[in-house]
Amino acid sequence: MDLQIALILGQDGVVNGAVYGLIALALVLVFSVTRVIFIPQGEFVAFGALSMAMMQAGKVPATLWLLIALAVATLVVEAWRHQRGQPVEWAATAVWTLALPALAAALVLLVKPQSLLLQSVATLALIVPLGPLLYRLAYRPLAHATVLILLIVSVALHGVLVGLGLLFFGAEGYRTPAFSEARFDLGGIPVTGQSLVVVAMAAVLVVAMFVFFERSIIGKALRATAMNRVGARLMGIPTELSGDLSFALAGLIGAVSGLLIAPLTTVYYDTGFLIGLKGFVAAIVGGLGSYPLALAGAVMVGQLEAFSSFWASAFKEVLVFTLIIPVLWWRSLNSRHVEDEE
Amino acid sequence: MSARQLTLACIAALALAWGFLPEFTLTVMSYIGLYALVAAGLVMLTGVGGMTSFGQAAFVGLGAYATAWVCTSPLAAAWLPAGIPPGLLPLVGLALGLLATYAVARFLGAVTLRLSGHYLPLGTIAWGLSLYYVFGNLDVLGGFTGMSGLPPLTLGGFSLASPLYLGPLIWAVLLFCLWALHNLLDSREGRAIRALKGSRVMAESMGVDTAHYRIKLFVLAALLAAISGWLYAHLQRFVNPTPFNINIGIEYLFMAVVGGAGHLWGAVLGAALITLLKEQLQDWLPKLLGASGNFEVIVFGLLMLFVLQRFADGLWPRLQVASGRWLKPEARRAAVASAAVTLQQRVLPPAGQVLLDARQVSRRFGGLLANNNVNMSLKAHEVHALIGPNGAGKSTFFNMISGVDTPTSGEVRLMEQPMQGRPSRDFAALGLGRTFQHVRLLGQRSVLENVALGAHRRGRKGWIASMLRLDRAEEAAILAEARRQIERCGLAEFAERPAASLALGQQRVVEIARALAGQPAALLLDEPAAGLRHLEKQALASLLDQLRSEGLGILVVEHDMEFVMNLADRITVLEFGEVIAEGTPAEVQANPRVLEAYLGGELNGGGL
Repeated sequence: MDLQIALILGQDGVVNGAVYGLIALALVLVFSVTRVIFIPQGEFVAFGALSMAMMQAGKVPATLWLLIALAVATLVVEAWRHQRGQPVEWAATAVWTLALPALAAALVLLVKPQSLLLQSVATLALIVPLGPLLYRLAYRPLAHATVLILLIVSVALHGVLVGLGLLFFGAEGYRTPAFSEARFDLGGIPVTGQSLVVVAMAAVLVVAMFVFFERSIIGKALRATAMNRVGARLMGIPTELSGDLSFALAGLIGAVSGLLIAPLTTVYYDTGFLIGLKGFVAAIVGGLGSYPLALAGAVMVGQLEAFSSFWASAFKEVLVFTLIIPVLWWRSLNSRHVEDEE
Repeated sequence: MSARQLTLACIAALALAWGFLPEFTLTVMSYIGLYALVAAGLVMLTGVGGMTSFGQAAFVGLGAYATAWVCTSPLAAAWLPAGIPPGLLPLVGLALGLLATYAVARFLGAVTLRLSGHYLPLGTIAWGLSLYYVFGNLDVLGGFTGMSGLPPLTLGGFSLASPLYLGPLIWAVLLFCLWALHNLLDSREGRAIRALKGSRVMAESMGVDTAHYRIKLFVLAALLAAISGWLYAHLQRFVNPTPFNINIGIEYLFMAVVGGAGHLWGAVLGAALITLLKEQLQDWLPKLLGASGNFEVIVFGLLMLFVLQRFADGLWPRLQVASGRWLKPEARRAAVASAAVTLQQRVLPPAGQVLLDARQVSRRFGGLLANNNVNMSLKAHEVHALIGPNGAGKSTFFNMISGVDTPTSGEVRLMEQPMQGRPSRDFAALGLGRTFQHVRLLGQRSVLENVALGAHRRGRKGWIASMLRLDRAEEAAILAEARRQIERCGLAEFAERPAASLALGQQRVVEIARALAGQPAALLLDEPAAGLRHLEKQALASLLDQLRSEGLGILVVEHDMEFVMNLADRITVLEFGEVIAEGTPAEVQANPRVLEAYLGGELNGGGL
């Protein structure tokens, strides 16, 4: 291997690492606010990429029907809860079950967008509300269960979504056109515009999230919930809203990640799982609690993947997932006293 | 008819009918047996131990590939010593599979199980995925096409080639394993295993090395999976990576959860349900959806969500409730106490000897100094009370002298040994017994079992002895000891009741009985009188008085001043993390700083 190859691989690693970093952020966010280890995060990525591809092929993405079905189911559940005298946040419910699905349906069925930008907006409108809807249907009834039970729910949900992905998109893979066709030459290293778009978009999202959590009152409420759920509830922060919001952010990050990677690699209905798990490896570097460490972990995972695909491509996945072992071992060195699980 | 008789009758009926069942049914039954074996391991891990694994399919794969490699690979033939009869090769394969599984599970467990519970399942996802790619990419193991031509198992020269003959072996192995696991759960080790789920701090204080137990439990579940893989390979006579992929690992977990993750028979029920359902779904789902593919996972996932939301304990407990109407309750067979077995006895130190000594102990949480240079000692044959207003740092101090937390600076010595950084099970081993401010009992288990856990350290029989029922004499001695302590604490009539059904004050007394079952030299009680009525308090006071006269050193953290002043020999008063007074009850009551701390301002007289 010479320096040039190393630089090209390094660049690949940075681009992939940027996507894993985004996913790791979403996983840390969802876990710290709701204690849910959100395995289906990767399905958002695949659903986002494939919905975009469907629209470009002039078809109606079946995720629209999924969205409508989930919205109806959620409305029924909320109405039933209302009937039983439980408090229901109707305003937020209307956003997730009516406004966004209506927007998505209008864009997909009536506007039939041709520009990349409008197609991306339609994709976001399709995928983002899936987050809060799935939260309300699958996780909220078990909000007091242990982390372990919530994890099992996640895995079950992952199974459902992967199966639906196969039904919706078939076994074929798709690739979408790049957002930027530009090509640069950086000291002999070819750099594509798309990879710059990925890194820039990831950076923008990270900064936006940082500002959101540091400056906005809603962001601060989410952080408070992450630190102390009971305390936050006593201070009047509704736990359900923080659940909705963190899952909506997870949906947003998943859909954006899907849009970003679809031009770089062929996406299949089950590609999301592996991408999501690599995000997990990154998030675990930060103990599922630290955003900066999760980002650092993502860079590490990206680089390891890029270089191992050069040296031992058949064992690429094995090497990336095996990284989890030294990481966990390193973390276990810092844990001395036994604590009871939540 | 009792549940036990019904079980035996069902097994007998299955055995009698086996020869008359059609080939297809026999095959399905054999697979159900194989899957149930894996699911039973997951029941132990998930429902009982509070952990879980998505990577059990990979352990099944290790078991299957090990025997496939030994039986068919020319490389294996070259490595193995010549002269092994071909009929014995599968046994070599079994040994290799168990060894490899043991090594991997042990390693994975050691890395993940000292951390929070969700790291193990995440680790097993990574492991389950990786192994699939390793199997698929190694040419020695046939790559993605796999290895074929495995010999059938033979038994005394008789070939077990068809499900008709191999099935009974599979079910015999399954039933034997269920029996062994049932015995394990009904033993000293089983009580410790049950405490792993949500009560690890308590279990450690009873002397259980919970991290080690967790690893052992994970290894046990993995070995069951490997045995299933070995049988699977010789049933199929062919292996490829597909059945050992992560989605099958997830399916195994579905079986355990749907069946009932807390019940061994739930594994069999779940395996049967999922296997039969999969059979049906694979038939008509593609027709319905107009496409072929692995669509049953949608149904399984939804079923799983439904079960978790509506029947969190799975379906087996529902069956139990339904059948409870016409089944006779199991008569509890009293274990026969044997005079030959006596539990370990501790020689209590002479009166006046210092048992526990805290010197200059400080604990800092960030900017908060919760304990500042606290000195305190506990001697044999005395009751020492630790009092102070709320927030004085009593609980922090209590945690440090019981090994739940480590001081930032200063030293804790127990039986003259430095205890810095040592876990609470080491404290228990040296003769420290304790109760918890927030009661930590296994609510669903009986008072007797809870108290028996306190005697954990005094028994010796291990997992294998418990599985094979070689522990009965010792078990009887432990239960007899537990009963003795329960009677002594005045709770004899509640011994068989679930601990959670008792009033809170009584639960605190159960905790005292549990601590006493460990025969401690130093007894640490965190607010023992809270929630007790007047007469119960008097009974508790006379019990503590009696224990003192037997030579125990007792440290009491308590708010009830009347109780403390009448009982204690010495009192230490904490305020804002510092010792403000120490002495006899009379001295402390006369101390102006104490009066100020308790009553505020410059009040005189009144008394505490």
